[in-house]
Amino acid sequence: MSTSEPRGLTVPAAITRHTVLLITGALILIPFVWMVSLSIKPPGEIFRASFSFWPQQFYGIENYTRALTEAPLPQYMLNGIIVCGSIVILQVIVCAPAAYALAKLDFPGKNLLFAMVLIALILPHEVLSLPLFILGYQIGILNTYGALIFPYIVSPFGIFLFRQFFKTIPDDVVHAARLDGLSELGIVWKIMVPMALPAIIAFGIFSVVGHWNSLFWPLIAVRDQNLMPPPLGIMAFKNEEAGNDYGPLMAASTIVVAPLIIAFLSAQKWFVEGLTGGAVK
Amino acid sequence: MAGILIDKVAKSFGATSVLREVSLAIADGEFLTLLGPSGCGKSTLLRILAGLDVQTSGSLSIGDRVVDGVRPKSRDVAMVFQSYALYPHMTVAANMALPLRMRRLSSLQRLPMAGKFLPGTKAVTERIDEDVRRTAEALGIGHLLDRKPGQLSGGQRQRVAVGRAMVRQPAVFLMDEPLSNLDAKLRVQMRAEIKELHKRLGVTFVYVTHDQSEAMTMSDRVAVMLDGELLQVAPPQEIYADPTDRRVAEFIGSPKISILDGIVEETGIAMTAGTVFSIPKGIELGSQIGIGIRPEAFVLAEKHGPNTLTGSIKLVEHMGSDLFVHLDVLGSGAPIIARLLAERAQHIGEGQTLHLGVRPDRLLLFAADGMRIRPSSPTPDITANANVLPLKERVL
Repeated sequence: MSTSEPRGLTVPAAITRHTVLLITGALILIPFVWMVSLSIKPPGEIFRASFSFWPQQFYGIENYTRALTEAPLPQYMLNGIIVCGSIVILQVIVCAPAAYALAKLDFPGKNLLFAMVLIALILPHEVLSLPLFILGYQIGILNTYGALIFPYIVSPFGIFLFRQFFKTIPDDVVHAARLDGLSELGIVWKIMVPMALPAIIAFGIFSVVGHWNSLFWPLIAVRDQNLMPPPLGIMAFKNEEAGNDYGPLMAASTIVVAPLIIAFLSAQKWFVEGLTGGAVK
Repeated sequence: MAGILIDKVAKSFGATSVLREVSLAIADGEFLTLLGPSGCGKSTLLRILAGLDVQTSGSLSIGDRVVDGVRPKSRDVAMVFQSYALYPHMTVAANMALPLRMRRLSSLQRLPMAGKFLPGTKAVTERIDEDVRRTAEALGIGHLLDRKPGQLSGGQRQRVAVGRAMVRQPAVFLMDEPLSNLDAKLRVQMRAEIKELHKRLGVTFVYVTHDQSEAMTMSDRVAVMLDGELLQVAPPQEIYADPTDRRVAEFIGSPKISILDGIVEETGIAMTAGTVFSIPKGIELGSQIGIGIRPEAFVLAEKHGPNTLTGSIKLVEHMGSDLFVHLDVLGSGAPIIARLLAERAQHIGEGQTLHLGVRPDRLLLFAADGMRIRPSSPTPDITANANVLPLKERVL
């Protein structure tokens, strides 16, 4: 086998590699499987010592109905869509021109600005919570959608990722666009962004996943249940319930996670291309 | 329709100077080639013409208009890039239509969805489509309009790039090594097509290349550049036959000219590489000169004598109708390269001793600083020399 396929692995090596991959994969997948399993079990079965994926008594309909009706879960989901959608659109609108300037234009202080972007990249967002909270209070947007959106509009990661991708686009394309009569912003939106689409979609997935799941900042920024994004909603849901009612809670979690998984699977090709594209091309 | 006037344009990046006060007038409708090795500043000059780079000093006019500080799109120039610089996410038709859309449609009319419904948009768009189709047909790419650049071959991409420049009907065409990404056969074909295009459009072409065969075959005039300086601007034949500078002579011509370092021994005689050459009178005695001989200026001689180089054959390259002989001559430095007719040189083989004669009027003489030395009164000098040297007859 190894003689006919020089790049193939020997049998023991292949077994070792696949074992490691399977174990890693299982470690990541088991909590999800467990969550889905619990969401279709009746309360009595959840705390049984023996584990089986399929419940003896299918309790899914009851759990999912309760998840959808007892707490305003659809409202949380809608909040999540509004907040994540606004964030990702505003991020692209802000980051693409900034990245274009850093990648293709010459101006004094460019390297300093880029260094500041890199520094911002290593700062954890939590560090900024208190100043952002005070700022939000001063401009009076706490407890609105605005409070959930504004701290994330400028994304250092987005600027960095787009800049790296824009750098791989030849200067001649920019020159040709200038001669064709495009303005600098026209070049960003009509040439650079369409050419960097894989990177933009990859970034979009990162951004949506990150903000859909974000709990810390929404916990600080909003009180109104009607504004809460899904994870915060689930927490509120748990508080309301008696605590041991895990079936509906897991059902709610499954509903919250499902859109992300579907979105990721359907955009997987772009995602991989976007993250590796800059390196290869 | 516009000529170009380049007036003392200089460009430097920090301390390094890329262009040194280049001045050049290009006539309306002329095909001018900027020729030079890579890094000589020719592409920089072209980009300054296009407005993509800004000169450090000096002034530029296109037509009667000074264009310093005018944005690229307002200069009425179009450019074809070495990498073609097509937009990979747009179809060929969209690539070619973009410059027209940017000029003929208002920013409102260009809006993605709503623009279509504004008054006038439809008529203008139809005219743009018509212009694009006509240009594409003229270039033989009419059937490719719906493809994306990634689906095209190199030659087809090249045509799309030319089409995108042409569709605007600019007053000046700028081309930055447009053929260097093509294979040799296609290059020769596109060379003829670009020349043909120039004839048909009758507008000014400024063409940048490092390939002398492109420069020699296509241009009305060639401007040879080296180290940011313009060395000579002249029609191709003149650049070859009558170079004003040693560097021009060395750059133009393939195989390369052989230049021997010599010393003026007596009036009308220079000594080099074990022989003497007849040179025009009037060159200061004892001065160092370069004696340049084009490969085709050599003829076979029977024995050693004045105006004759003798050496052993290092290499013979058969090219069909003629052959290149590389001759190791004592004291010449690099081997001498001669081009001989194949039928007259059948007996030649490597390792043999060979005598090559040169008619004195075929010598190109250069002073120590590289400037060409021209005889003040050419003919008498040479005939006088021939009389002085009795061996002359036997040399030829």
